[in-house]
Amino acid sequence: MTDASAAHSSQHPPYLAHHFTDIEQQNESGTLGMWLFLLTEIMFFGGLFAMYAVYRLKFFEAFREGSHRLNVAFGALNTAVLIGSSLTMALAVRAAQLSRRKAIIFFIILTMILGIAFIGIKLNYEWSADYREGLVPWMSFHVESPNAPGVRLFFCFYFFMTGLHALHMVIGLGIMCVLLRMAAKGRFDEGYFAPVEVTGLYWHFVDIVWIFLFPLLYLIGGRY
Amino acid sequence: MSAALAEAPPETRVHYLNANYGIKSWLLTTDHKRIALLYLASITLMFFVGGAMAVMMRIHLIDPAGALVHPDTYNKLFTMHGVMMIFFFLIPSIPAVLGNFLVPIMVGAKDLAFPRINLLSWYIFIIGASLTLYAMVSGGVDTGWTFYTPYSTTYANSQVMATALGVFVSGFSSILTGLNFIVTIHKMRAPGLTWFRMPLFLWAIYATSIIQVLGTPVVAIAIFLIGLERLFHVGIFDPAVGGDPILFQHLFWFYSHPAVYIMILPGMGVISEIITCFSRKKIFGYHFVAFSSMAIAVISFLVWGHHMFVTGMSVYAALIFSVLSFLVAIPSAIKVFNWTATLYQGSISYEAPMLYALGFIGLFTMGGLTGLFLASLATDVHLNGTYFIVAHFHYIMVGGAVMAYLGGIHFWWPKISGRMFPDTWARLAAAIVFIGFNLTFFPQFMLGYLGMPRRYATYPAEFQVLNVMSSAGASILGLGYMIPLIYLFWSIRYGPVAPANPWRAKGLEWQTSSPPPTQNFEVPPVVTEEAYAYGPPGSGREGAHD
Repeated sequence: MTDASAAHSSQHPPYLAHHFTDIEQQNESGTLGMWLFLLTEIMFFGGLFAMYAVYRLKFFEAFREGSHRLNVAFGALNTAVLIGSSLTMALAVRAAQLSRRKAIIFFIILTMILGIAFIGIKLNYEWSADYREGLVPWMSFHVESPNAPGVRLFFCFYFFMTGLHALHMVIGLGIMCVLLRMAAKGRFDEGYFAPVEVTGLYWHFVDIVWIFLFPLLYLIGGRY
Repeated sequence: MSAALAEAPPETRVHYLNANYGIKSWLLTTDHKRIALLYLASITLMFFVGGAMAVMMRIHLIDPAGALVHPDTYNKLFTMHGVMMIFFFLIPSIPAVLGNFLVPIMVGAKDLAFPRINLLSWYIFIIGASLTLYAMVSGGVDTGWTFYTPYSTTYANSQVMATALGVFVSGFSSILTGLNFIVTIHKMRAPGLTWFRMPLFLWAIYATSIIQVLGTPVVAIAIFLIGLERLFHVGIFDPAVGGDPILFQHLFWFYSHPAVYIMILPGMGVISEIITCFSRKKIFGYHFVAFSSMAIAVISFLVWGHHMFVTGMSVYAALIFSVLSFLVAIPSAIKVFNWTATLYQGSISYEAPMLYALGFIGLFTMGGLTGLFLASLATDVHLNGTYFIVAHFHYIMVGGAVMAYLGGIHFWWPKISGRMFPDTWARLAAAIVFIGFNLTFFPQFMLGYLGMPRRYATYPAEFQVLNVMSSAGASILGLGYMIPLIYLFWSIRYGPVAPANPWRAKGLEWQTSSPPPTQNFEVPPVVTEEAYAYGPPGSGREGAHD
């Protein structure tokens, strides 16, 4: 979000890009830019959620049946892991605001570990099991049920939505690698922490998407 | 373009064009003015590629049985014409060229908020355009620019994947441009430049950017799903496995109707600048014009259903969409009335940009009013899918958006290039475009009213006279577009050197030199007056013509 490589004069701090008049303007621009980006993300996922709503109304029984084939325990565990990672991300932003360099690195690494754990659980215990049970619509789909076409649609949405969500997490982990490098070089202090803050916004957004996905996919039809 | 500009004769003053040379200084630039020129070169290429297809179609339709190409080729021609013109010319045209050049200067900043993201958006655009051009030369695509399912997902045997991917990718370029503009307008305005002192061009660009940011992701996901459907046959739009092809149309038009306003709103902003300058008057009803842009942006998201009155929709939904479509005409009408009121008792002169602006008002009004025929349920059933629709949206898109784009290019050309264009040629070209346009598209209203369907390669012989008129008009229109291409290139080298403010216009962009320095202003500007402070006519007439 920042243009740190730009030329700067002696009275400019090194992290202030040449086209901004002061650091406040630069920070506010970065934050507003990220909020707008998240708005586009809401519309991006929103298209999928709208289609999900249409088909769920049309094939409610099938969606319930599909939902009951998912492993709620792992879904709930992952929800906890992801909320935990949001906490550590918030702590990383706090550490940056307080100029505590070691704490920034510690909390970013912790966030990354939790993010990788989420993807690991998803891949290893959920998606692979779905594949073995024949629930992946375009690879191995064989469900014996009068509702089979609707169940197939449910799993289309399940894989698109969780897949797109996981892709966003992978992108977030990539950004955190960059942050980690910047933090190791001691680039962040109470005067300049916008990249950490903006990454935090993104990470919380990815978290919130999951908060919607979990009940919509795992908890259909008064299961518990 | 870049090479030609770099060869401009050496001048003593350093500006953005001669600050440094070489291909790298253009391809790796983060200067918004240079990126605007990169976009200008790219979309001009796409415009003439898309235009060539239109010419081939019009030649084909001279004869009722089809004069030129195989019917399958004809399907590909109208599809690629639509894809090129909409996604790769009209949507980026005014925002990415004039907006990129002018937004930072008009707000008094050194650059857009995110210069590197701005450059990234151009590269994304180029990747998308390359994919689409690849699709064109490797066999073309025949789904119509709307990619309607299930034809696009199941039956079409053409380059749907490459084209869809190209459109998908270029959408992100549009999103990033819009995001950059919104942040710049919010956060980087010069001291004294309050929201209601902003030029109306900025209001129009702001409203456009909101649509780009909110609408584009939805069509992205819809087109993404078409790709998945073709690759894996997942069935989300396939009725055979429970999917709903009409759902695709909803998602597509949820973006693509607002996209119409991405194309026309910036044009309305350009017209506000030109009309005030060449009638030497303050805009009539500044707040109404500004807020009508915002109203269009909001209402445009609620009218998509009027594209689907005959595709299967409940009668109540259709009623509501019809009423909302009438509503969106109100802010557009406010603008037209306010421009006309601005002209009233103005000190009007007819420079080339003004000719385009006046042409815009007439043609846009016709395009807008015929839109009401299509928003009414009963007449839409008769007119939907006919040439009436084709004529209607070309009056908006070509008579409106392209006229405004050309008017804007002429108006700001002295600022962009530092050279004046030949005035006589420019006025002549504006007149040729206006005549050619009307001759091309007015007969199509009649054809549509008489019942000639769009997208057919052949037609009954009784329609031939009107079709020949339309084709004749297209050749005049094509000539009208070639002339500016030639003399604008000519002016880069041979045109008279432009002063800082050749039109004696108001606005920050005219207070800096032509072409501007890389930093846009030698001294950061401070704004002390309202926009369009041209002074009341008769009382001194600040900046009036001699």
